[in-house]
Amino acid sequence: MKYIEEYRNPATAHALAAEIARTVTRPWTIMEVCGGQTHAILRFGIDHLLPPSLRLIHGPGCPVCVTPAGLIDQAVTLTKRHEVILCSFGDMLRVPGHKQGDLLHAKAAGGDVRVVYSPLDALALACREPSREVVFFAIGFETTAPANAMAAHQALTRGVTNFSLLVSQVLVAPAMDFILRAPESQVQGFLAAGHAATVTGVEELEQLCIRHHVPVVVTGFEPVDLLNGILHCVRQLEEGRAELENAYSRAVRPAGNVSALDMTHRVFEVIDREWRGLGILPASGLGLRFEYSTLDAAKRFHLGQPLNGGDGECKGGQVMLGTLRPDQCPAFGVRCRPENPLGAPMVSSEGACAAYFRFRGPDGKSKTYQG
Amino acid sequence: MCLAIPGQVLTVDAAPEPWNRTGRVRFGTIEKSINLAYTPDAVVGDYVLVHVGFALQKIDEDEAMRVWDILREMEELQDLDPASELSREQPS
Repeated sequence: MKYIEEYRNPATAHALAAEIARTVTRPWTIMEVCGGQTHAILRFGIDHLLPPSLRLIHGPGCPVCVTPAGLIDQAVTLTKRHEVILCSFGDMLRVPGHKQGDLLHAKAAGGDVRVVYSPLDALALACREPSREVVFFAIGFETTAPANAMAAHQALTRGVTNFSLLVSQVLVAPAMDFILRAPESQVQGFLAAGHAATVTGVEELEQLCIRHHVPVVVTGFEPVDLLNGILHCVRQLEEGRAELENAYSRAVRPAGNVSALDMTHRVFEVIDREWRGLGILPASGLGLRFEYSTLDAAKRFHLGQPLNGGDGECKGGQVMLGTLRPDQCPAFGVRCRPENPLGAPMVSSEGACAAYFRFRGPDGKSKTYQG
Repeated sequence: MCLAIPGQVLTVDAAPEPWNRTGRVRFGTIEKSINLAYTPDAVVGDYVLVHVGFALQKIDEDEAMRVWDILREMEELQDLDPASELSREQPS
């Protein structure tokens, strides 16, 4: 496929890796923010192409992983109502809640849980089933917010009264800021999440560079994109620069996508949000504005505040801060496996623990494991 | 979940409201109906980056080549490096 295959060209990848090796003169630690990037790095063995003194650590950019367990409990509770059809992205189904298990078990127990590709599919279902209440589990970062906002806006405009959203929208830049402020943080440079930046543009990321004197390189998802982003980042680190660079310019414009941002801000407002494993981060998420509050499933079904407890043995918070590599977790591959996860990072298709298990095997260290 | 994939716009359907701007988009051998409201300038033949049923951005053909500019630059730098000149002059 065009714009995929050429960015997987091994000769190009090896030329970039060789230039990275020539550039690096001392140890550096770079965090890739997005879980999709983490999976690509492990899948294509990008980390094995890099000099040993250059370390990649994995960030919190997995929306499924950071959705609070208490909110999953609320989604499971909704499936017990006979009138409710709960629609969700497929990734969410196997993520354990705090007290109520996961949505897959809720479905097995008779709940009407349906996997959708797009929030507009959930809205179309509500139109087809006027006697049912369709609730869409609206999770995601800025990449997904315009789609979820559009579904809400169309529902309100078209008078679809049996559609609502259980919202867990989070924002990338506040999480990067939180990581840089954490005393245990080891991050010296960021590969910023390319697809979120197609929507947001680069301004907030530029402010992070200035505020924390850290290089931030907007990076894509294919092997050549990732190595190109890493090369830009290590050049900055070696030269003592801390700038915003865009290494994914075929998709990311400096101002982002203005019409997608307009719709996002028309429907949502910035609020404090709880991140699973990290706690409540100020101004780190989105909630429905007052004008759209009739679409809020938490209000419509009187769900109250989600109850969030600890995550037991799961050290997902440390994994998402980059202070613990998944294979260093004592539970990894032993008490925590995809078929029996202790936390979300082991089952999400963007979770760092899932990436290590899938591409490096149950010990997380194999170089040849094919999953 | 934030994964977006590139596809080529095959058709753009007439829509009563701008937010319903929809078209067929091809991803390899698969075709899907995609909301094009956020890419108002995308026309038939363009490549767009699609996430959960929405085109988020038009792919810029010129910018797509930039990574190869860097590689060419690296090769030119090596040409200026006397060590690599010497290594080339050695009989094979």
